Amino acid sequence: MAHDESDKLVGLLTDGQDDFTATWIRIVTSTLAGRLTAAEIQQDLTEMYQALLTALRDGGLHTRGEAYGEVRSLLTELSRNRARQGFTPTETAVSLFSLKEVLEPALSSPEDVSAYLQFSRVLDDLGLYTVEVHAKTREEIISAQAEQLLELSTPVVKLWDGIVGVPLVGTLDSARTQVVMEKLLQSLLDQNATHAIVDITGVPSVDTQVAQHLLKTVVAARMMGAECTISGIRPQIAQTIVALGIEFGDITTKATLADALRHALRRIEQNRETAQIGGLL
Amino acid sequence: MIPGVEPAEETAAEESHIVANADVVKARQTVRAYAQRARLSLVDQTKLVTAASELARNTLTYGGGGTMRVSVVTRGTRTGVKVAFHDEGPGIPDLDLALTDGWSSGKGMGLGLSGARRLADEFDLVSQAGKGTHVVVVKWAR
Repeated sequence: MAHDESDKLVGLLTDGQDDFTATWIRIVTSTLAGRLTAAEIQQDLTEMYQALLTALRDGGLHTRGEAYGEVRSLLTELSRNRARQGFTPTETAVSLFSLKEVLEPALSSPEDVSAYLQFSRVLDDLGLYTVEVHAKTREEIISAQAEQLLELSTPVVKLWDGIVGVPLVGTLDSARTQVVMEKLLQSLLDQNATHAIVDITGVPSVDTQVAQHLLKTVVAARMMGAECTISGIRPQIAQTIVALGIEFGDITTKATLADALRHALRRIEQNRETAQIGGLL
Repeated sequence: MIPGVEPAEETAAEESHIVANADVVKARQTVRAYAQRARLSLVDQTKLVTAASELARNTLTYGGGGTMRVSVVTRGTRTGVKVAFHDEGPGIPDLDLALTDGWSSGKGMGLGLSGARRLADEFDLVSQAGKGTHVVVVKWAR
């Protein structure tokens, strides 16, 4: 019974192939309103129609079966591209569903209608598949961006000979602090730097966790023999830190990065003078 | 909250769950938006956001997750922001000890709870061992 119906369906789709594809392309082009060229849509849909027909002929109505492999890979590609181009999952799925609309006028007998209903289920299933792929693609994009952000937001820059700076922007969670600390310590070694400046101008709020992370970073830098200054302490941050009761101890803090740089340069100068007096240079 | 003071009237409120680290970030952003809406000064905004950040993290770390409720409150002609945290975790057995500077049952600095109390204008902490914790902070616009 099921086999007869899929035969009937294949017959119907093969007979009207050219008409159906043309109407389908026309409908989809009008719904996507000029955001894709007619040529692109024509290519996508013609391939899709062919693949669907082959799959129906070989694999019947089992959309998760092997015969539908090509249809699924075409849909995956279509859905991914559309997701990257900013189409909604609805728009992608509707492109597929509109094939139903194309077939409706061609139904003449009760057998046609019954075959059409089967086909409709196939299309629903494939439509859901495009939504799945769409969601997965978006997730991939988001996690890639999150990683990029983690990398982007923690540059260690050379400010002067022997002075490296870390401009921190945004939220400091444990993962980011770890990245910052590792990068800073490595660049202290690579640049042969004696001073590090951690600038927190771009950190919106400093709570105990952030402070703890900062303190640990400073202590680690000191263990490597570098002097560490925290700059970019804005008035509201200073008041909050005092109210919280956090003590920065003997760690040098400055209001601006410029102050911190001047301080570091002066310290380097002092060290050189002391060394000269001692006759070491 | 404080005896002899008329209760504050809430005008807008938003509730959210705190179950992951990202929710603490979200909580800070929500509180900042409300603080701006209530026209708190920049210093007071930062103080309230920081207090909320401490309490949100406590809710997550020690309370095992819970909820946060932010609202704009008015009392007479004053406007402020009220942030309430609620969890059904193990609770705090000794409130005085928990509010002592430098004491922590975990790995923190031990300044979060006591610091939050100093950062806020009003602070209310109700906790029962085994039944969870409810903390409310209010910051008024000056």
